[in-house]
Amino acid sequence: MLEIKNLRIEATSYPPDGLPRDVVLVDDVSVSVAKGRVLGLIGESGAGKSTIGLSAMAYGRGGVRLTGGQVLLNGRDIRGLGPAGLRALRGREVTYVAQSAAAAFNPAQRLMEQVIETSLTHGLMGRAEAEARAVALFRKLGLPNPETFGDRYPHQVSGGQLQRAMTAMALCPKPDLVIFDEPTTALDVTTQIDVLAAIKDAIHDTGVAALYITHDLAVVAQVADDILVLRHGKKVEYGTVAEIITAPKEAYTQALVSVRSIDHVEKGAAPSVLSVQQITARYRGTSFDVLKNVTIDLPAGQTLAVVGESGSGKSTLARVITGLLPPARGKIVFGGRTLSPDLPSRSKDDLRELQMIYQMADVAMNPRQTVGTIIGRPLEFYFGLRGEAKRKRVQELLDQIEMGKGYIDRYPAELSGGQKQRVCIARALAAKPKLIICDEVTSALDPLVADGILKLLLNLQAQEHVAYLFITHDLATVKAIADRIAVMYRGEVVRYGTKTDVLTPPFDDYTDLLLSSVPEMELGWLENVLAHRKMASAGN
Amino acid sequence: MRRIPLSALIGLFFTGLFLFTALFAQWIAPYPLDAVLGGVWEPPSAQFWLGTDTIGRDILSRLIYGGQITIFVALLSSLLAFGLGSFLGFLAAVRGGWVDQLLSRLVDLMMAIPSLIVALVVLSVLPISLPVLILVMGLLDATRVFRLSRAVAMDIAVMDYVEAAKLRGEGQIWVIFREILPNALSPLVAEFGLRFIFAVLFISTLSFLGLGIQPPLSDWGGMVKENKDGLVYGKSAALMPALAIAALAISVNLVADWILSRTSSLKGGRGA
Repeated sequence: MLEIKNLRIEATSYPPDGLPRDVVLVDDVSVSVAKGRVLGLIGESGAGKSTIGLSAMAYGRGGVRLTGGQVLLNGRDIRGLGPAGLRALRGREVTYVAQSAAAAFNPAQRLMEQVIETSLTHGLMGRAEAEARAVALFRKLGLPNPETFGDRYPHQVSGGQLQRAMTAMALCPKPDLVIFDEPTTALDVTTQIDVLAAIKDAIHDTGVAALYITHDLAVVAQVADDILVLRHGKKVEYGTVAEIITAPKEAYTQALVSVRSIDHVEKGAAPSVLSVQQITARYRGTSFDVLKNVTIDLPAGQTLAVVGESGSGKSTLARVITGLLPPARGKIVFGGRTLSPDLPSRSKDDLRELQMIYQMADVAMNPRQTVGTIIGRPLEFYFGLRGEAKRKRVQELLDQIEMGKGYIDRYPAELSGGQKQRVCIARALAAKPKLIICDEVTSALDPLVADGILKLLLNLQAQEHVAYLFITHDLATVKAIADRIAVMYRGEVVRYGTKTDVLTPPFDDYTDLLLSSVPEMELGWLENVLAHRKMASAGN
Repeated sequence: MRRIPLSALIGLFFTGLFLFTALFAQWIAPYPLDAVLGGVWEPPSAQFWLGTDTIGRDILSRLIYGGQITIFVALLSSLLAFGLGSFLGFLAAVRGGWVDQLLSRLVDLMMAIPSLIVALVVLSVLPISLPVLILVMGLLDATRVFRLSRAVAMDIAVMDYVEAAKLRGEGQIWVIFREILPNALSPLVAEFGLRFIFAVLFISTLSFLGLGIQPPLSDWGGMVKENKDGLVYGKSAALMPALAIAALAISVNLVADWILSRTSSLKGGRGA
């Protein structure tokens, strides 16, 4: 069906200093996808997976050029097609499912109009036929009220439903090939599993070929037949799912498969450093409690993971603890003292002992300050260090985060994503805190880089005896580093205890759903979970 | 370093030339400011390069001295406008709440009346001297700068690094000058170029209307006023200062455009 031979893709880069030059994004990649098969493209950001995916439509984003090799669709090289030929091809033979369905839908049009649009503009079917097909697809994808679902506007349905509607849109014109570009990455795990199952069924039933692009090997293992592992635009390994998952040959693939294999032994009981007591909080001007009676306890020098999907109140809890959002009721005891609810009336020591690391290291550092200034400021501010003494301590901290020499005078823009997060860790560490709140600190990073950050955090905890309040939606991360776990759902803590207790059955319904939704890196996991759930619901 | 485009080079050259002549007017000008040296409205000659004016003074010399005053007043009032406007704008963005409301509504109130009319009314009451002129122009222009800097700072104030500074316990002065100002500087510098030109036009307008620089001193606007009758007789005297205003405006704008395009296209310039 689709055959890509020795594909080479280039783009022109315009560095701020120097002349424009051509960079090779994808080099010598060959793959083939047969009818009814799914090829997973996997790699970290910048590996060229989306670029290859889009090349199957002969499309290059912003100045990206296909400079070598062949892209054969049904035996015809689509690189040679003119604009008219491409227009006929796109949306008819090849369709595309984007990562963020919320951004890809027109908010001012009903879903039905958008789902059948390509089928109509290509003259593939009449309106009545297209609508009937769309409704059938809605039903197949498990959308609620398939007959009337299309009458809604994009903002009236949830993110997971929108992603499925987009899949329906892609399948509606009966294409030969569908490109899925990270279709579940922006979704919560509990939603992701439904979307994954729907996509898999739909691919299977309609018999299209598909390219499935993702950075999550566990996800792709569930839906793909073959996997191509990419790195820096080059092929690392190409084989069937079973080969890649169970017997990876290349070191890089092995690292990907074994990621999150950190062995972390749960620590025993200890006096608590932070105790959140019956906190209820709401945002100003609203009457909705974002946090309801939240009570948690964090022993000194240990890690408490706060888990939950988006909207569960995890980040709000962090804002309450830091004093950015004074709670409506309840109190916070930190290091034996009751913290005053709002930020301005807290003492300098309270502020110093409670540090924070953010999800997006990019915007957590002032782009106009050097690494030395960023890490040095807390030293100057809290400990009055200046000049040579400050610089020496900054270098010590840089050594501690394994960055060594030569970084102290760099600006954040000159660091990689992982290095930026390390600098943020050093900035928090500089204050000699008792507690660091880590708000999704690894979510924006590639798996291997994230692994490095987690290991660093664990090492630092052992050295400095600092406690972490670790906010995340990623249960694999939780298993890797937590001593205690609090599961949050709609502003309430539904389960709290030591890691072993929380992760040992019997579970409450929500924790069970959450735990069973995390993709495991094994074949047939999706089917097992779904079969298990079907049995459970039949039993009820 | 990328190459400076030709337009910016031209702008830089002429801006530099204007500043240089303004600074060293006393040495460059061939004749004193108000010496009557020739006939009325003499055409350009080897003796008087740009001719003479309505009472026979050398236009070139007056142009050079006038440039000094025009640029001096415009520069000082723009600096005042930026100092005051951007500080209050940042403060409004960082503090929010009633501080923001109070300052913003005050500025709205001032902007609701055309600034030329405000200036005319105020200057007709107050004694007209250079400090008063600079103060009035600076205050009026500060309202525009306030709105821009508040908008820019609003975007920056929600960044995590500003939150991190607040959580560290930093005071407002640190947040404004160390976290926000460096990141807001590039749009403000570009705006400064534009505001400076508006100030040149403003002071020229005031002088033309007789409420700006008072004789015997004279700026470009005042020179246009003195020589405007010459236009009827086809004399070029009134056009010379007008040309100078236009040339300065264009050259400073070329530089400002260049700075603006550099900063807005620069990746990581403001860390979006």
